[in-house]
Amino acid sequence: MPKLPDKHGHFGFYGGRYVAETLMPALLELEEVYCQCRRDSTFKRELRALQREYIGRPTPLTFAARLTERLGGAKVYLKREDLCHTGAHKINNTIGQALLAKRMGKERLIAETGAGQHGVATATVAALLGFSCEVFMGCEDTVRQAPNVFRMRLLGATLREVASGSQTLKDAMNEALRDWITHVAHTFYVIGTVAGPHPYPMLVRDFQSVIGRETKKQIVQHEGRLPDYLIACVGGGSNAMGLFAPFLPETAIHMVAVEAGGLGAGQNAASMANGYAGVLHGSKTYVLQDETGQISATHSLAPGLDYPGVGPELSYWNDQQRIRCVTVQDAQAVEGMRLLAETEGIIPALESAHAVAYAATLVPQLPATAIVVINVSGRGDKDLQSVASFLGENAL
Amino acid sequence: MTRIADTFTQLQARGEVGLIPFITAGDPDMETTFALVHEMARQGADIIELGVPFSDPMADGPTLQRAAERALQHGTSLSHVFELVRRLRQSLTIPILLFGYYNPIWRYGGERFAADARQAGVDGVLCVDLPPEEAEELKRETDRHDLDMIFLLAPTSSLDRAQKVLARARGFIYYVAVTGVTGVRAALPADLSDMVRRIRAISPVPVGVGFGISSAEHAVQVAGVADAAIVGSAISQVIEQSLGRPDMVPRVGALIAELKTALRSIETPNDIGTTIAPPLQS
Ligand SMILES: Cc1ncc(COP(=O)(O)O)c(C=O)c1O
Repeated sequence: MPKLPDKHGHFGFYGGRYVAETLMPALLELEEVYCQCRRDSTFKRELRALQREYIGRPTPLTFAARLTERLGGAKVYLKREDLCHTGAHKINNTIGQALLAKRMGKERLIAETGAGQHGVATATVAALLGFSCEVFMGCEDTVRQAPNVFRMRLLGATLREVASGSQTLKDAMNEALRDWITHVAHTFYVIGTVAGPHPYPMLVRDFQSVIGRETKKQIVQHEGRLPDYLIACVGGGSNAMGLFAPFLPETAIHMVAVEAGGLGAGQNAASMANGYAGVLHGSKTYVLQDETGQISATHSLAPGLDYPGVGPELSYWNDQQRIRCVTVQDAQAVEGMRLLAETEGIIPALESAHAVAYAATLVPQLPATAIVVINVSGRGDKDLQSVASFLGENAL
Repeated sequence: MTRIADTFTQLQARGEVGLIPFITAGDPDMETTFALVHEMARQGADIIELGVPFSDPMADGPTLQRAAERALQHGTSLSHVFELVRRLRQSLTIPILLFGYYNPIWRYGGERFAADARQAGVDGVLCVDLPPEEAEELKRETDRHDLDMIFLLAPTSSLDRAQKVLARARGFIYYVAVTGVTGVRAALPADLSDMVRRIRAISPVPVGVGFGISSAEHAVQVAGVADAAIVGSAISQVIEQSLGRPDMVPRVGALIAELKTALRSIETPNDIGTTIAPPLQS
């Protein structure tokens, strides 16, 4: 397998550093610091300690007995990132980046957020390690993820509501980049997914790979062998790459990336399924865009998936057909949420519910001997209001 | 020699500092852009920077974001911009530089872009989000069609990095005056002159300074050390304030005239026209 990314930050045709000159020196410095830290035993020890003592790792790999029985096919396991402190996998990454920020002597963290989970995870580590913190969030998302807005404020972060463009994750990221361009000397930009300019896709993947490394050990303890299928939802792709990366050399294992099908044609956020190669937010990757290269408006009920791009490494593995991408629409995702809630007593985030919903169609077609792992990337408390209004008041 | 290089040679011969106004093509519509470009040329603009609007302009402040939104409302695309340049070229002789983000160009196709730009009468291109590290592919095409690809340097660029970027420079180098996005500002950084002098001393091409230059006073400050002043948001602000008014074109013209007069009033950097530094050994 090639070492990815290459020294210029490219994943084959994808990736790179498509940013304003003002940011180039900061990206080069971050790359240098990260490359030192990942070989530095003090840094690694500090990170492992926080993963264990603060995030609560390792998270369980739960055998889903009643879901398995209900679906009537392969055995289903759940990787429980919903049990991470703050309720989603996002904190695996923010802890790592905050430690880098400390090394670099930065005082201020900024972040973009869609579902609010990455914003909460950044605000949390800022409180833990003593940074000031500002989080950019589209106005549409501050409404549909109101509980997370309150959490961020309680954690001492300043919320910056973004009223430009479609007022969702893409616009929050534009605004965060603009802030970073302006305050780059003392500010560290904590990107929340495996997107953005090099070295972010690499370092976010590495910080999230703890998910896949644990899964590999745990499934062998449960089953004495590796799984046949890995399923994860994809917004930018960090929970997916985190689960997949350690398994990439095992070519027999199927990896399924579930994108947001939204309301169907023209109203979705499935960049790999429906997009074209393009350049957005600093990297070359699949992007939903029109024929003149303007970025498309997207829709997903899950704010964390409501993004017109995807991490460049996923674009690369998609082209290599090492991962397979599928889509799940809003209504199916809500069904997925309900299914996991009723069978296992776990209410997944709407994002994660996309992975559950796809599993519900795949698992019945597989033999009982097959093993499937679903990444439950987060818990669904933040989504109850939007699911209730999606279903109508009395639907539950 | 390209038209841009030619323009700087003539400016230097006259002992003058260039004025490079920026407007977004299609803001508020193409007919107005056509009239604005002609008016700016008449009032003393030396090079025209035409913005190609993009939906996600990450290096732009609110003023130019709104300008791009207005242009995109009626679907301004690269093809429309080329059409505009073709029409302008029937009577306009000063250089035209396209300024924008990479995705619309990438989607259009680098080779096709360079060929069509040249054929329309474009002289150079500047992609804000295409640093030299990623620019090779497009630069091959723009070089082949003798278009100047303009690179940027910023206050954050180290001397070492500046040398790397300058080694690839053609036309001129665009020095970003402020650590920040585009937009009008009350004051320019105190160390701006020092920074520009330092770059100019090692640059094989002229140095234009832009981002944040909002008034005749700023232009004068920049003109003391640079080869050209680039003004964008201040003009877009006048356009925005004149929306729906019959006097938009003369109002923009008056601003250009004021800026040009200010630039003419001051001494050019004393080494202009004598020692443009020789190309660096890379
Ligand atoms: C719970 C959860 N899962 C998934 C995602 C999507 O992000 P990614 O694809 O980077 O994992 C988000 C993003 O906010 C999220 O909150």
